[in-house]
Amino acid sequence: MKQLFGLFLILALCMSFVIHPSPTRKGGSLEVGDIAPNFSLVNIDGSTFTLSEQRGQVEGFIITFTCNTCPYAQMYEDRLIALHHKYGNRYPVIAINPNDPLVNSGDSFAAMQQRAHQKGFPYPYLIDKAQEVYPQYGATRTPHVFLLDKDLVVRYTGAIDDNAQDAFGVQKNYLENALNALIDGQEPNPCFTKAVGCSIKTQLRLAKK
Amino acid sequence: MPLLWLTMLWLVGCNQAQSSQEWKDVESVPQSDFAALEHLFHKSNDTTYVINFWATWCKPCVAELPYFVQLHEKYKNKKFKVLLISLDFVKQIDKKLIPFINKHQLEPPVILLDDPAANSWIDKVDPRWSGAIPATVVYNKDKRGFHEQSFEDFESLHLIVKPYIN
Repeated sequence: MKQLFGLFLILALCMSFVIHPSPTRKGGSLEVGDIAPNFSLVNIDGSTFTLSEQRGQVEGFIITFTCNTCPYAQMYEDRLIALHHKYGNRYPVIAINPNDPLVNSGDSFAAMQQRAHQKGFPYPYLIDKAQEVYPQYGATRTPHVFLLDKDLVVRYTGAIDDNAQDAFGVQKNYLENALNALIDGQEPNPCFTKAVGCSIKTQLRLAKK
Repeated sequence: MPLLWLTMLWLVGCNQAQSSQEWKDVESVPQSDFAALEHLFHKSNDTTYVINFWATWCKPCVAELPYFVQLHEKYKNKKFKVLLISLDFVKQIDKKLIPFINKHQLEPPVILLDDPAANSWIDKVDPRWSGAIPATVVYNKDKRGFHEQSFEDFESLHLIVKPYIN
C-alpha cells in the first residue's frame, strides 16, 4: 500500500505540470514541468545554436551538460553518440560544456573541437563561455541531462543510466526509458534521478575573494 | 572482511597515525557497496565524524585533501574521525588509488565505494546532494551538516567543523 502510494506520488509529481505549468526557476535545478530557458551558444564549428530556433523541427531535445575532462562524462560519450543516432531525428542530443577552461585547460574550445573530432560527435557541442546557461538550468555536475519536449517543458532530469563505469552492466536505462515514454505519449517514470559526477568548474568563488 | 577490518579500525581508533609517526605504505584499500557502509553515517556515540567523498581523478577533491588530513591531525586526540570515501574506479585501485595514498601519506582511513547504482544511495548520504564531488558530511549525535562544495583552504573547512567539537 505504502509502495503504491509512493508510486502514485511519483506519477503525480511527474504529471503535475499538466495541471500547473510552473514558470522557470530562479534558484535550484529545473524540475519536471518547468519551462527550460532559451539559449544561444557557440558550437564547435563556429556557428551559433539557438534553442528556440530549432524548436518545431524536432519533438524535443536531450540537453546534456558534459565536458572533456570528467571521467564520468567521458564514460558516457559513446552512449550519447548511440542515443543521438537512435533518437536524434526526434530528440537530438545538445551537449553543452559548462566548465571554465581557465580552471582546466582540457575544457577549452580548442580541446572541445579536438575531442569532438576524435570521437566523431554527431551532435552539437556548445560552449557555455559566459557560464550563464548552466546556472539557469541548475546543472550541478557533468554529465547532467535535461530532457525537453517540443514546448521546451522539462520532462526528465538526471542520469543517463544507472552504471557509468560499465555500459554492459546497466540495469536501468533512465534516459532511454524516458525518451520511449515520451514517444509513446506517456510520462517518464522515474522523471528524476541522481548520479555521481564532476562538479562544474568555475572561478566565481575565487573572484569573490 | 576488509570492511569489517576498516569498521573496527575506525571505531576502535587504533589507527596507524596514532601508533606511529612513520608512514607505512598501504597495499590494499577496503571496498564496499553502500549498504555495508551506511551505518558509518548514523553513529550515535560521542564522536564527531567528517566523511568526504573524493576521487584521485577529481581535481578539486585532490586540492582540498590536505585540509582533511590537517583536520585529522589537529583533532587526533579528540573524539573525532575523518573518513575518506573514494569514488575511484575499481580497475584503477592498484594503478592510481594506492600509489596516491602512499605518495601523499593519507593518514585518515580510505574506503573505496564501489556501487554503481548511485541513484539508490545518494539521497541516503544526504537528500541535498546532487551527486557531484567533492562532497562532505559532518555529523555527531546532535547535528548534521552537508556540504556539496570544495574548500579553498583549511580555515574554511575548519569553520564548518568547529561547532561540532566540544
